[in-house]
Amino acid sequence: MPKIKIDGTEIEVENGTTLLQACEQAGAEVPRFCYHERLSIAGNCRMCLVEVKGGPPKPQASCAMSVNDLRPGPNGEAPEVFTNTPMVKKAREGVMEFLLINHPLDCPICDQGGECDLQDQAMAYGISKKRFHENKRAVEDKYLGPLVKTEMTRCIQCTRCVRFTTEVGGIEEMGATGRGEDMEITTYLNKAISSELQGNIIDLCPVGALTSKPYEFKARPWELRKTETIDAMDAVGSNIRVDARGREVMRILPRTHEDVNEEWISDKTRFVWDGLKSQRLDRPYVREFGKLRAATWPEAFLRVAQKMKASKPERVGIILGDLVGAEEAFSVRQLAEQLGIKNIDCRQDGTPLGELGGRAGYLFNSGIAGIEEADAIMLIGCNPRLEAPVLNARIRKRALKGGCLIGVIGEKADLTYSYNYLGAGPDSLKQFVDHAPAQKQKPMLIVGQGALARPDGAAILANAYKAAMSLGVIKDGWNGFNVLHTAAGRVGALDVCALPAKDGGKNTAQILDAAKAGELDMLILVGADEIDMSNLGSTFVVYMGTHGDAGAHRADVILAGAAYTEKQVTYVNTEGRPQMTQRASFPPGDAREDWAILRALSDQLGSTLPWNNLDELRAAMYKVAPQLMRLDQRTPADVAELADLAKAEGSMSDEAFRPAITDFYMTNPIARASKTMAECSALKNVAQLKAAE
Amino acid sequence: MLADKDRIFTNIYGFHDWGLDGAKKRGCWNGTKGFIDKGRDWMVNEMKASGLRGRGGAGFPTGLKWSFMPKVIGERPHYLVVNADESEPGTCKDREILRHEPHLLVEGCLIAGAAMGCHTAYIYVRGEFIREREHLQAAVDQAYEARLIGKNNVHGWDFDVVVHHGAGAYICGEETAMLESLEGKKGQPRMKPPFPANVGLYGAPTTVNNVESIAVAGTIMRRGATWFSSLGRPNNVGTKLFCISGHVNKPCVVEEELGLTFRELIERHAGGVRGGWDNLLAVIPGGSSVRMVPAAQIIDTPMDFDSLSKLRSGLGTAAVIVMDKSTDLIKAIARLAYFYKHESCGQCTPCREGTGWMWRVMTRMAEGRAEKREIDMLLDVSKQIEGHTICALGDAAAWPIQGLITHFRHVIEERIDQYSANPDHDGAVRHAAE
Repeated sequence: MPKIKIDGTEIEVENGTTLLQACEQAGAEVPRFCYHERLSIAGNCRMCLVEVKGGPPKPQASCAMSVNDLRPGPNGEAPEVFTNTPMVKKAREGVMEFLLINHPLDCPICDQGGECDLQDQAMAYGISKKRFHENKRAVEDKYLGPLVKTEMTRCIQCTRCVRFTTEVGGIEEMGATGRGEDMEITTYLNKAISSELQGNIIDLCPVGALTSKPYEFKARPWELRKTETIDAMDAVGSNIRVDARGREVMRILPRTHEDVNEEWISDKTRFVWDGLKSQRLDRPYVREFGKLRAATWPEAFLRVAQKMKASKPERVGIILGDLVGAEEAFSVRQLAEQLGIKNIDCRQDGTPLGELGGRAGYLFNSGIAGIEEADAIMLIGCNPRLEAPVLNARIRKRALKGGCLIGVIGEKADLTYSYNYLGAGPDSLKQFVDHAPAQKQKPMLIVGQGALARPDGAAILANAYKAAMSLGVIKDGWNGFNVLHTAAGRVGALDVCALPAKDGGKNTAQILDAAKAGELDMLILVGADEIDMSNLGSTFVVYMGTHGDAGAHRADVILAGAAYTEKQVTYVNTEGRPQMTQRASFPPGDAREDWAILRALSDQLGSTLPWNNLDELRAAMYKVAPQLMRLDQRTPADVAELADLAKAEGSMSDEAFRPAITDFYMTNPIARASKTMAECSALKNVAQLKAAE
Repeated sequence: MLADKDRIFTNIYGFHDWGLDGAKKRGCWNGTKGFIDKGRDWMVNEMKASGLRGRGGAGFPTGLKWSFMPKVIGERPHYLVVNADESEPGTCKDREILRHEPHLLVEGCLIAGAAMGCHTAYIYVRGEFIREREHLQAAVDQAYEARLIGKNNVHGWDFDVVVHHGAGAYICGEETAMLESLEGKKGQPRMKPPFPANVGLYGAPTTVNNVESIAVAGTIMRRGATWFSSLGRPNNVGTKLFCISGHVNKPCVVEEELGLTFRELIERHAGGVRGGWDNLLAVIPGGSSVRMVPAAQIIDTPMDFDSLSKLRSGLGTAAVIVMDKSTDLIKAIARLAYFYKHESCGQCTPCREGTGWMWRVMTRMAEGRAEKREIDMLLDVSKQIEGHTICALGDAAAWPIQGLITHFRHVIEERIDQYSANPDHDGAVRHAAE
């Protein structure tokens, strides 16, 4: 490992380390604009210049030079780098001055103000005099779609946005036109960017050229209360920071978690926050004479208790939605058990997950970071670009590194990387059941909900498992059998066994059939909105949730709950990593946290849940599912249990796999309430229609 | 003075047939197989021994550059790229080679290619060169037809030559920007290291050479390294095409020995300075990118790399721009500043922002609408660009202005005084108020 002396301190660094990284390791701060550790090196801002001893008498861009490129001294001394010499100071001042001559002095009206790299570095490394008295350049603003607002006069041409969209986002729509001082960043023909990760360029932009359109002129960073929490828009469990002012969520930003989302989040995660403010259920409602009217909590509970008393437990069904936390699922399951209700299901899309194969049968066993080790990936009935955009970026990263074969069975979609198309449905899967082992070290299978959420899902899962066995996906020290979930709350609910009772409990499809046939008296929907509400007959529907969505429209009693930013619950992501959200703001009006509603309701039902606070609830839950206790740690599932998957009955139909998500921007009640998401969805649909023409 | 027998470019004025037959009559393609058969090392050593310094401006020894290529062809092929993107203001030597001596270039490509283990050469021709490209393409076609190059050619070294047309950007003459452009990307220089000899075109080892450096290779091999190194002065050997433009009686391109004095060069080939030697004001001796030299310093200076760099200028491409006393030097340099502002690729900050700034200040100075303290500011700005950029365009933009300020600061000051002496000018009022 090469040695290098930085400002007099000698350190040893890894091969291939850049000077900038070495300087940071030695504790020397190096300013930069274009350099970003997750993007390719452009070396164009020239802010990171350092002095290299023995080199040419000019400063070197530290971001682009490797420590291996430096020559040792005549007697083998470690090469020396300086970040605090007059030459470096002068160079930084010079570059800073050049960056500022054409940058508008509009910080007071710029949304980046207060968190602007240029502002900060101008204070730290700039000079306070002005020598430029010519006219400043003005650049026409570009249209990038409904999410990213542009103010291109502020652009310093660092090209981070171009590099992000091409390298991570996988789209080739951004670039620079013109040259010299007329160089402008733009999109192809000024069209909206089509990436699901485009919001990240707002964070990447070191100045205020790209800012958030929905957040435009809404708040200043120093007014915001920052809460570090977990996202619930997909099953990746992206780490986020929710910024709120008072009770209002103002924006959502990513946090770095190397094993989950690196530092990216999807547009749905980032821009869904306006959905938290509209269509909210802010108090309980009861239906009277066919119409919903606002009610008090005791009234609503009384209504539920009366109905429950009048119904037999086998004529009651409970369906849990996609956004329920593990604590809520556990409470519901406990309550159902106490009341003798067997018909409880957390899989509103109708997958067979959790029935056979233990935890390994429904987890993304290799872990999200495991994608980077894989050397072959087969996607079965899943479109990760829409189901988990951040995870898809990880697959793309792996694909770009080379040496990884990617195959797809299912929808032939644009995944931002090239793949071998293997077929559309079960027929194509079948050929891998008796296949020769793949000549790969770490092959990986990703089964999506598009393949599983159908009547023959269990058979497909069984065949996928058989294919995995014959291809050699599961071996010592490597379990590449992966299920990609789309719902944030699903794995947690499966972990606490919110499933139909083994002795005759009905699953989602059976509950709905029963309701249609008039064999169900009461249906409790815990945030479940994605089921067909039109066929519930005269069933008495209790809806517990946050938004006036499908479930609330059909409900006879509405219990107003809290959204994922308003409560502290555990979400387990698709790889089985439990993470806890934190409360960033309070639920609106009389709405309450869901566990408290359930606890109060159980009291009214005469079957009080045995806990008085969240800690007691969690203590009970950890007895059932101890892995949930180990926050942010993946507890590997028992591979041996997987063999049970093959025992599933039934055979596969020959119907092609359908996409699990058709509209990325409209997958849950919060997203459907968001104006921003509606705009994105409309834009996408128009684009698709045009393409179809 | 160079004897006619020692000229390499015997058809530089196009008086004879530029095609294959004509070229062969002048000795081109003669004995080429012999050199190639002697092997890579012999050719590289011959080139080193000849002492040829790159003719594209920087003057880096060509033989040494060739020796940087990996000795063994690995997984990736080797490429030769010939820089025919001649766009430097004042420079017009490569176009004469392309038009009138294309076969010397094609033959040189084959020799250089064989010497460096390349089976493919790309010749990147400046976008504005239309006739030049036609001639070159025709010469390449003739060579293919005569099986001088191509697969299974008579020389026993498979070799393809691709003529590529640029789109008219000065920056694509920078070697790494040229590689980017050849790859189909926007012509923006790459960072070095890695150098093209390791990671060049399509990530493969690549050498980029100027047209003139390659075109002389055949003759050097034929007549021997000792012949070439006997011409000129030590460390500045051989012949060179000089492009003489500006205020001389007969502007021309001429092949001369390196190291003859400026006076000799102009007297003998350009018919003297317009209005006589007393009328000479300043000379830009190496294309627009080098600092100008005042008349008194340059007249008896040998025209070679080392002598001119001692004057803090440079031989560059040997594009000698002569300016007599009728020249408005400030305006001339302002025009060059505009050129660099226009041709900056915009990739890195100092050049993108600085060239525009310098041009604007220069434009005002040409009128006199400036303050005297801005002269020092301009010098400082030019030094903030110089050495801080990815490629040498930043340096090239800074040097002409530095040359002007170093040698002719009094001219700028006089201009400013004249301007502010006129009470109708608003700058004058501001000056008085201070």
